[in-house]
Amino acid sequence: MGDKEFIKISNVSKNFDEVTAVDNVSVNIAKGEFFSLLGPSGCGKTTLLRILAGFEYPSKGFVSIDNSDVTDIPANLRPTNMVFQNYAIFPHINVKRNIEFGLRKEKISSEEMNQRVNDALKMVKLEGYENRFSNQLSGGQRQRIALARALVKRPKVLLLDEPLGALDKKLREEMQIELRNLQRSVGITFVFVTHDQEEAMTMSDRVAVMNQGKILQVSPPKELYDFPENLFVGDFIGDINLLESQISSINGKKVKVLINALGEYELDSHTVITQNDNVVTGIRPKSISISSNETNQSDIQVKGKITNTSFYGNLTYVYVSVEGIEKPLMLSTAESLQGLSVNSDCYLTISLKDIRIIKKN
Amino acid sequence: MKKFLRKLFSKHENVRAYALLSPALILVILAMASPLLLMLVTSFHTQVSMMEIDSTLTLDRYADFFSKPVYPTLLFRSIKISFLVTLVTLLTTYPLAYYIAFYVKKNKMLWIVLMTLPFWTSYLLRVFSWRVILGHKGVINSALMFSGAIDEPLSFLIYSQTAVVLTLAHAWAAFAILPLYVSLDKIDKSLLEASYDLGCSKFQTFWRVTFPLSLPGVIGAILIIFIPTVGDYVTPQLVGGTDGRMLSNMIQSLFGRANNFPLGAASAVMMLLSVSFVALIVTYITKKVSLRMS
Amino acid sequence: MYKKNNTLLIYSIIYFAFLYIPVMLLPIFSFNDAIHMVFPLKGFTFKWYDQMIHSSRLHKALMNSIKVGLVASIFSTFIALLAAKAFTRYKVKFHQLSYGAILLPFVIPEIIIAVALIVLWTGMGLQLGLIPVTIAHILFCTPFCLLILISRMEGFDKNLEEAAMDLGENAWGTFWRVTFPLVLPAVIASLLLSFVISFDEFILAFFLSSSDQTLPMYMWGQMRFPKKLPHVLALGAVIIVVTSLIVIISYWLRNIGNPSSKKNNIGGI
Repeated sequence: MGDKEFIKISNVSKNFDEVTAVDNVSVNIAKGEFFSLLGPSGCGKTTLLRILAGFEYPSKGFVSIDNSDVTDIPANLRPTNMVFQNYAIFPHINVKRNIEFGLRKEKISSEEMNQRVNDALKMVKLEGYENRFSNQLSGGQRQRIALARALVKRPKVLLLDEPLGALDKKLREEMQIELRNLQRSVGITFVFVTHDQEEAMTMSDRVAVMNQGKILQVSPPKELYDFPENLFVGDFIGDINLLESQISSINGKKVKVLINALGEYELDSHTVITQNDNVVTGIRPKSISISSNETNQSDIQVKGKITNTSFYGNLTYVYVSVEGIEKPLMLSTAESLQGLSVNSDCYLTISLKDIRIIKKN
Repeated sequence: MKKFLRKLFSKHENVRAYALLSPALILVILAMASPLLLMLVTSFHTQVSMMEIDSTLTLDRYADFFSKPVYPTLLFRSIKISFLVTLVTLLTTYPLAYYIAFYVKKNKMLWIVLMTLPFWTSYLLRVFSWRVILGHKGVINSALMFSGAIDEPLSFLIYSQTAVVLTLAHAWAAFAILPLYVSLDKIDKSLLEASYDLGCSKFQTFWRVTFPLSLPGVIGAILIIFIPTVGDYVTPQLVGGTDGRMLSNMIQSLFGRANNFPLGAASAVMMLLSVSFVALIVTYITKKVSLRMS
Repeated sequence: MYKKNNTLLIYSIIYFAFLYIPVMLLPIFSFNDAIHMVFPLKGFTFKWYDQMIHSSRLHKALMNSIKVGLVASIFSTFIALLAAKAFTRYKVKFHQLSYGAILLPFVIPEIIIAVALIVLWTGMGLQLGLIPVTIAHILFCTPFCLLILISRMEGFDKNLEEAAMDLGENAWGTFWRVTFPLVLPAVIASLLLSFVISFDEFILAFFLSSSDQTLPMYMWGQMRFPKKLPHVLALGAVIIVVTSLIVIISYWLRNIGNPSSKKNNIGGI
């Protein structure tokens, strides 16, 4: 037990009629952690969050928060509070009464109540908005009120269901930073649901990638990007070049792999791989270098032809077709292309330490 | 026990849902289903005398119903009149609903409120005002005579099936306008633009796009008008005369002066059966038609 | 593309006249100084209104109608409110079936319900009167109330109720602090409209009330006698004006504060 298992989700499944929304999920979340559930729509992340909130009850499995089993406890009796995707600000009462809403149930003096409401408003930088109504607030302001309304309850866990999804890009990026700072200062455990991988990566301590009701990998963001454990995660997080491959032999952590069009190489594996696994190898665009002439300093060098380039401000993406590989390889570079352009012949160099062996399932 | 109840209510949506639905379902069962069932049973009984009913089960009341020509005639006439009412109401309100849905830009709600407002004012008074409009010494006749257009009152205006159809088409208009408007208003305008773009004329667009898409409203209007009007009592009584008499007037007298509950019940059962039958056919045909059209 | 269509506009205006003229005739003739409803109009008078005010049988019928209407509207709105919550907030097994069953009294010919209730009521050896009328009116009004309330409940965000639960309210507190204030306009509209329906309802009352007359039955009784007619017209005019006002208020109520007020919130009625 202890702080590492502040939230303990054990073998939780949820079925809606025929559909399995959450499929035998087990994961522990530490106290004070900013934990994200990331996945495409319909992957079960929102259902899992609603199970934590107490809006859905698991068909199988257990949930405990701070060492007490909450599996059968309804939402109103749980030490969790939620920020809804559309904020769910009560339209018939003003901001102050919205924030007070949950405090009415706690037996506290009216001075303390006012104090806590003021503190909460200060925390989200909306002092002076007490008498406004929901329809007089902008999307960003509603989001802050929803946050204040939940945090004023001093929950053990704050649940956030895609709270930034409805904001425009610039405001969203501001709020990401603000939310992260807020979480650090209050020290409450955040469970954050999003389909936006960038958002999950920039904010979280750890990210759980979900697909089809299952958690595929739980890792800190950087690890998720650098060492994807399976094809879905590798493909979902950032861009990646995937090459068909076969395992030739395994010797402990050293795995000999025959990579389509590149040849046979011995690589380090980062997950447990057995002889029978179907694998691909993956290379991130930033790990491929391009030059107009051959060099001898790299592990792998292949010849190709540039098919397309696209310019993204600080980075340029280059697509290079290589004989024997169906899809052009994608690489990104921060430097100028030194006279290379579409249809130029070029050489790509890849270091063996940047090649990942990724299981197909 | 308390914990068990809490678990039962919070974990099982169906238990909560049916707890909330139970008053409505109990009402329907006690005040509608069981009386209808009892009426069905009564239709197999026999009225022996004023106060006495023989409860031996028999099909004689249905034999009575079919052996005397008046009952089938009235039933058939009720269905015919309802059918005409439905048809007339649909044909007259469709252009109106179409106009509000597609041409009225501002204050659509106002139009809808104005078109449905008369429906809320007393049904009895609306039917009654048709009696005074169409009557022998009524508004139309007196106005025409006053203006010198006719010398004698027109006697065909009132006490006819036409008068019943006209009055009912007026009384039930709101029930056609609303479903028609709702289904027409829902149609995505870009579908119509697509149809023009693909070379359809306005007329073709109407028949191939607008009308098929408005069919849910049409079916709704048909069912909501046809079924209740078959059993209308007030209108035939006030403006129908002998020619416009319907089965419900007969049912009323069987439960009233004639005091033959079993035969009255049998007539009501026959009405309910034929109404359901026609409603099923209408839904079936409209579905077929809409399938063919699309 | 849909800018103007004069043919349809003219048609609509004519239809509009067809709808309203019969209704307007009654108030017009209620001020006419003559017993028969014939043209030309004779002269202006208030005497029919005076006669109406002084009819004691009318008073009694009016009180009966108000009693039945109040009880029927409160019960049917309450029953429908619970049902509307079930239909909009929970996945109900046999959803279609129960929904259809509750809406059925709305389409079944009233006369059939009326005679079926007579059979049941007299079969149980009970006296006909205002009680079976009220029960029948509750049955008949509930579908209307349900449609009104469902359209409102669908219009507001389910998350609001969940938010209240999440903030520590139990089901009861959530209902009173969130759901009820938000559906209140529709609840009032439902009360008003079901009152109007019950107040105007004739067939069920005619069959089930025996000697306790409601207002429509009183009018029905008076319609046969030409001499009594003018004060029925006066009564009719008052009823038309009052019900129209109530209906307009309830339409307005159903649209204010509705988050989805851009949609035409007429919910089938």
